[in-house]
Amino acid sequence: MSASLEKGVNVLKEMIDAPIASFFNSCVHCGICAEACLFYTETGDPKYTPIHKLKPLRKVYEQEYTLVGRAAKALGLSKPLTDAELDEWQELVYNSCTMCGRCSLVCPVGNDLAYMIRKLREGMAVAGHAPEGVIGATKRTVEIGSPMGVRLPAVQAQMRHVQEDVGIEIPLDQEGAEYMLLLSSMEIINFPEYLGAVARIMQQAGKSWTLCSTAFEATNSGIQIGVSDLAKVIVSRIVEGAERLNVKTVISPECGHAYMALRWEGPNLIGRPYNFDVKHILEVLEEFRVQGLLKTEGFETERVTFHDPCQIVRRGGVIEPQRNLLKMVAKDFVEMSDPGKYNWCCGGGGGVSANENAEQLRLTAFKRKKAQLDEVQVDTLVTACANCRIVMEEGLEHYQMNIPVVGLTETIAKHLAKPTGGTPQSD
Amino acid sequence: MNEMQFLTWVRGPGLDIALGIFVLGVIWRLLEIYTLGRKKDLSVPRHTSGASGWHTIVRRSWAPPGMFKRSPVSYVGGYVFHVGLAIVVFLFAPHIALIDSLIGLSWPGVPSQVIDAVAVVTMAAMVIVLVDRINNPVKRFLSGFEDYFTWTLTFLPLLTGYLAVKHLLLPYTTMLALHILSVELLLIVLPFSKLFHAFTTFGSRWYNGRMSGQRGVSV
Repeated sequence: MSASLEKGVNVLKEMIDAPIASFFNSCVHCGICAEACLFYTETGDPKYTPIHKLKPLRKVYEQEYTLVGRAAKALGLSKPLTDAELDEWQELVYNSCTMCGRCSLVCPVGNDLAYMIRKLREGMAVAGHAPEGVIGATKRTVEIGSPMGVRLPAVQAQMRHVQEDVGIEIPLDQEGAEYMLLLSSMEIINFPEYLGAVARIMQQAGKSWTLCSTAFEATNSGIQIGVSDLAKVIVSRIVEGAERLNVKTVISPECGHAYMALRWEGPNLIGRPYNFDVKHILEVLEEFRVQGLLKTEGFETERVTFHDPCQIVRRGGVIEPQRNLLKMVAKDFVEMSDPGKYNWCCGGGGGVSANENAEQLRLTAFKRKKAQLDEVQVDTLVTACANCRIVMEEGLEHYQMNIPVVGLTETIAKHLAKPTGGTPQSD
Repeated sequence: MNEMQFLTWVRGPGLDIALGIFVLGVIWRLLEIYTLGRKKDLSVPRHTSGASGWHTIVRRSWAPPGMFKRSPVSYVGGYVFHVGLAIVVFLFAPHIALIDSLIGLSWPGVPSQVIDAVAVVTMAAMVIVLVDRINNPVKRFLSGFEDYFTWTLTFLPLLTGYLAVKHLLLPYTTMLALHILSVELLLIVLPFSKLFHAFTTFGSRWYNGRMSGQRGVSV
């Protein structure tokens, strides 16, 4: 057994807990999880059945934690995990799973399969079986500060552009601000409209906010590749930044995994609760709406629908705010089939979009979203995750569908009520 | 060993051995699984009504929206055979009498004609889910020896019980003895196979509901 494989197996042994043991013992091979997985429904290939993707983890569980499995291993009836097996499973664990958690929602015996994939990735990554693309993204996040290699000067350049565009100063490192805004690389590089939208919304709401020079990136590739040590480094950067600036709330950007990583895994990664709140931008906007601090005017004339990003909705718990917000500015808002927590993934979450080997499969899986969109016939697709957005833009282009994809925050900002005199613009 | 001695053995020592392995096996397996424990979740919970482990234990008994259509045989077959099995096992008067003699608890049964009908329907449902396991590409792909073996072990008590009651195929004494023996095999294998889901399903649903409930999502 190679040294890296041994380390990987040891990591898997550490990962196995009572829920995982209970889940494996409950599976009756009914195959219903396959029916919830877009990689199976769109390919019809049974190897993409979620529970099958977990076979290496199951093997380690049985051989190490069950009497029968230990006996079988000792008698040579079951063979230990090999590098060849993990190599074969890389496609199943990384390319054909976005950890969207839809399978976890339907399993009749209650297995949380996404929870188990997350743990299996820990061992796969340590054993050296993570895909190159995701390794690169993680390395850049840890070494440079962002998965796309964005450094502070790039952020500052964007801040200047936005300042010129919207005429509002973008605060940086402002101690004691109420909110600290995080961005995702995608927003810095591809969707600068997000920053401008937040600036205008904050100004209207009269809230103090800031970016942080040491923690501007929210994306957590460590979670996607499945290395908690690296995920912890990335989260710690944000925690240190927020505590240094003494902010009340950190705003997670329009990015699914960033939110899940920071809001739900983060405290467990650093081993303590935060002394600030973490909210998704949708939650902040919803609070402003409820408090009457978010005033809009006019409506989108087009027919719109909303794509629920898995990690914000099903795995994040932000389900209603986006609907309330969208209804403020869109009269013809129509739900896709399976909305809210039952949404179908864009196909590119969980590191899949950073994984070149997965591209063809991802485009095939996008047929699910295509079918949902064909049903509702909308003019515009709104979402709240920059990664979903870019993945869906690619998918729509591939299938020659002419539907623009926009972020919810910028859609709201587009309809912000004009200041009714007297309120001076900040300089 | 003649048929009477066979029946005496399966009713006496055989049953004791099987029950002993079953009870100790269940306790062992539950400890083996649940003493592994889990880490405390340090994130600040989001409270949403209906989002808890207990809710999921109940809620997951129904097909989530859209799923029934995608896998109708699994759902219909699954309901019919689980409910049928429960009726036959726990509401047949001779079974209640046996449980009474073992642990001193009893309850009213249902007429044997009803049990007969339920047994036939249950067996039919089991045959349908077996055919589905062989025909459905996903199920066939996932299935191995254990899946077919445990199906057989679950089916045999139903079949032998029905044949014994109906005095079919073999003399009653022999068939009854075979029936009891098949139940004993089932009891012995249950804790060490996928049949153990009869116990762990509740724990699994609870964990899933609890972990999602932390995030305010009712699942």
